[in-house]
Amino acid sequence: MSATVESVAPEQMVTADGTPLKVSLARARRRARNRALLLVAPLFLFIFITFFIPIFSMLFRSVENELVGDTLHRTVPLLQNWDESGDTIPGEEVFAALQQDFAEAQKTKSAGRPGRRLNYEKPGFSSLFRKTARKAQKLEPPYREAFIKISKDWGDVEYWRVLKRESGKYTKSYYLSALDFSYDSEGNVVKNPGKESIYIKLFWRTLWMSMLITVLCLVLAYPISYLLSTLPARTSNLLLILVLLPFWTSLLVRTSAWIAILQQEGVINDFLVFLGFLSDDGRLAMIHNQVGTIVAMVHVLLPFMVLPLYSVMKTIPPSYLRAARSLGANPFTAFVRVYVPNTVAGIGAGGILVFIIAIGYYITPALVGGQSGTLISNLIAYHLETSLNWGLAAALGAILLGGVLALYLLYDKIVGIDNMKLG
Amino acid sequence: MTETSNAIVRFVDVQKSYDGESLVVKKFNLDMEKGEFLTMLGPSGSGKTTCLMMLAGFEPATHGEIYLNDQPINNVPPHKRGIGMVFQNYALFPHMTVAENLAFPLEVRKMSKSEVEQRVQRALDMVQLGEFSSRRPAQLSGGQQQRVAVARALVFDPDVVLMDEPLGALDKNLREQMQYEIKHIHERLGVTVLYVTHDQSEALTMSNRIAVFDDGVVQQLAPPTVLYEEPENAFVANFIGENNVIGGKITRIDGQSCQVDVGESREVQALAVNIGGVGESTTLSLRPERVSLDPGDDCPNVFEGKVEELIYLGDHIRTRMHVCGHDGFIVKIPNSSSHAQLHEGAVVKVGWTMEDCRALDVLN
Repeated sequence: MSATVESVAPEQMVTADGTPLKVSLARARRRARNRALLLVAPLFLFIFITFFIPIFSMLFRSVENELVGDTLHRTVPLLQNWDESGDTIPGEEVFAALQQDFAEAQKTKSAGRPGRRLNYEKPGFSSLFRKTARKAQKLEPPYREAFIKISKDWGDVEYWRVLKRESGKYTKSYYLSALDFSYDSEGNVVKNPGKESIYIKLFWRTLWMSMLITVLCLVLAYPISYLLSTLPARTSNLLLILVLLPFWTSLLVRTSAWIAILQQEGVINDFLVFLGFLSDDGRLAMIHNQVGTIVAMVHVLLPFMVLPLYSVMKTIPPSYLRAARSLGANPFTAFVRVYVPNTVAGIGAGGILVFIIAIGYYITPALVGGQSGTLISNLIAYHLETSLNWGLAAALGAILLGGVLALYLLYDKIVGIDNMKLG
Repeated sequence: MTETSNAIVRFVDVQKSYDGESLVVKKFNLDMEKGEFLTMLGPSGSGKTTCLMMLAGFEPATHGEIYLNDQPINNVPPHKRGIGMVFQNYALFPHMTVAENLAFPLEVRKMSKSEVEQRVQRALDMVQLGEFSSRRPAQLSGGQQQRVAVARALVFDPDVVLMDEPLGALDKNLREQMQYEIKHIHERLGVTVLYVTHDQSEALTMSNRIAVFDDGVVQQLAPPTVLYEEPENAFVANFIGENNVIGGKITRIDGQSCQVDVGESREVQALAVNIGGVGESTTLSLRPERVSLDPGDDCPNVFEGKVEELIYLGDHIRTRMHVCGHDGFIVKIPNSSSHAQLHEGAVVKVGWTMEDCRALDVLN
C-alpha cells in the first residue's frame, strides 16, 4: 500500500489521508455499484434461469447431433476410414461393429430415435433401424450379408453416405433444410426445387407482411396519436383508454370477433350484398387468408404503435408548428418539415416494436391465416408440436432471431437506437 | 373609417371571446406606426397575448378587423401574413442546426441557395453567433437561443415582428443585457416591433409607446415617460412604478386643481386628472420620490409623518411612514451626503406639490 502511495506522481490528486483520489473514487463507487447489483440480482437470476438457458438450449438443438454417434458408438469411428465418394459400401468390420451397436440399442430400446433423426435426411431410415434392431441380436457372421438380408437398404451406398454425414457431434442439415437446401444422392448441397422450397417463401412472406402491418399501424396510429396529444387531458385520457381497451380483452375473443365480421357470411359481406355492391355468390374472402391475418394483426398491434408515438408527440410544444407557420410555411410544409422530424423517435420505437412482435406472431395467423396467411412462426410451431423435428424448429427460430437482430442493427445504423423513445 | 393613416398595424374594435360568455379582449383599438417599438404591458390574463395571437393569425378575432399595411387580414392564414414572431420558449426547431433554423423561413419562400446563405450569414453576424451556425439549439445557452430566435424572426425582413415575453426564461442579468440588444437591433433595422411583457422595467427600457392592459381593455397608451409621470387612472399609476395611494372625497374643484378630504379633516391639494364631481370619491396618486422632507412654506401640502421603518437600499433609503392616517406611505430619500438622518419613531414634516399629486378614479 505504501509503495503505491509513494509511486504517486506529484501532480496526481490525493484525498486528505493521502490515498490517490482515483482509488478513493473507485472504492466509493464500487460500494454503490455492489448495492445496485444486489437489487437487480433476483431479476437477473430469474431471467437467466427461465429465459436465457431455455432459449440457448433450444437454439443449440439446431446444430446438436449427438444421437446417432452415441447410439452407434462403435460403428461411427470406423466409418471415418470409409471413402464415401466411392460406390462401395463399407467392409465387414464396420458391419460387425454395427451388429454390436444394434444389439446394444435393442437392449436399451434406443434404436428408434436415431432412426427418426436420420429419417429427416432420408426417408426409410426409421423403419430400417427398427427392423434391424429387432433382428440384430440373432445375426451371425458374415454380418455384411446378414444385414443386407434384413434389408437391401444396407447394401445401398446412399444410406451409408447419409449415416456417415450425420454421425458427427454437430450438423448443419437443419439449417440447410430451413433455408430450402438439401443433399443430393452424391452428398452435394443443392437447392430444393421450387415446389419443395417452402421456408424461404414463408420467411419472405413473414417479412413483407410484418412490414406491411408495421406501415399500416403507423398510418393508422399517427393521426390518432396526434389527436390524443393535442386534445385536453380529460378527453385524451378517455380516448387513450379506448385505445388500450383491446389490451384488456382476450386475444381469442378479439380474433373470433374478426372472424364474425370478415367471414363470407359475416357482417361486412352481408352489408355489401344488402347494398347491392356484391352478388350473393360473389362474397369476398376476407378471412383465413392474408387479408384476414393483416387486418387482425394490425388491430392487435395498433396500441404498440400508438403509445410510443403519443408519448413523443405529447412532448412537442405546439409553438413549434406555430413558429413554422409564422415563418411562412404552409400547414403541410410545417407539418412535414417541423412536426414529423420531431416524432422520429416515436416512429422508430413504435415501428421496431410492432415489427418485431409481428415477425414472430403466432396465434392470430394460426386462427385466421388459413393457407396463404400463415407465417414462419406457425411452421415453427408445427415442427415443435406435430412433426417433432425440434432441430429444424430451432434452426428456423434461430434464423428468425438472426434476421430480427440484423434489422435491429440496420435500424441502429440508419436511425440510431439512442433516438428511440418507448415511453 | 378613414383609410389615410400611415399605420402599419391597426386593430379596429377588436373583441375576442373563447367561451362565448366572457370577453378576453373587450374593445381593442390600436394604431401602430412604422418603425415603432410598442409594448403591451399588463398582468397575466389581461388579454395582451391574445391580441398578439390574433395579429399573428393563430387566434381568430371574434369581432372587429385587424389591418396590416391597410389590408384587412382576418381571413389571411398565418403563413401569408409575413409577420415574424419570437416565442416565449423560443420555439427553435431542435432537429435543425442554428443555420438551418435561420434558413427555414427563406427556404419556404423558395429563395435561391446563394441568397439563403448570404442572408443567414448576415443574420448570424447581426446577433454575433457566426461560429455557432452548425450547432443544435440544445447546445446553446439560453441567451444564445434567444438571439437565434430573434435572428430567425428577422431574417426574412418582415414588416412587423411580434415578441411574446421573449425574455421570460432568462436570469436577471442576461435579461437586461438582451433588452439592450433587442432595442439596438430595433433601432438599427427600423423594424416595427410589437412586444408583450408583464415586466414593467422591460417595457420602460425598450418601448416607444406602451399599452397598459387590464381586464381586456387598454388602460392607457402612451410613451414611457408620460405613462410614469402622468398616469390617467389609478390602475396605471399603481401598475407602473411605485405609488402612494390615498383615498378621499372631493370637496372643491378649481379648474386644474381640486381639494380632497382625506379624513381627519385634512385637505390635500391635487391635480384634477380623472375625477367626478364634488362629493365623489377619488384616489390620490403620489410617487414616493416626489415627497420631500421639511418642505418650504410655499408647499401647498404639508403634513406630519411618523417614521415606521427604514430600509437601506444603497442608492436610496426607503422610509415607511404614517401619514394622513395611512401606514404604508413610502418616501424615497436619495442617499446624498446631506440627506436627513432619520430614526424610527421620529416625527417629521413631509410635503409635495399640487402637480405631483394626481387625483384619479377610484381603484376597485
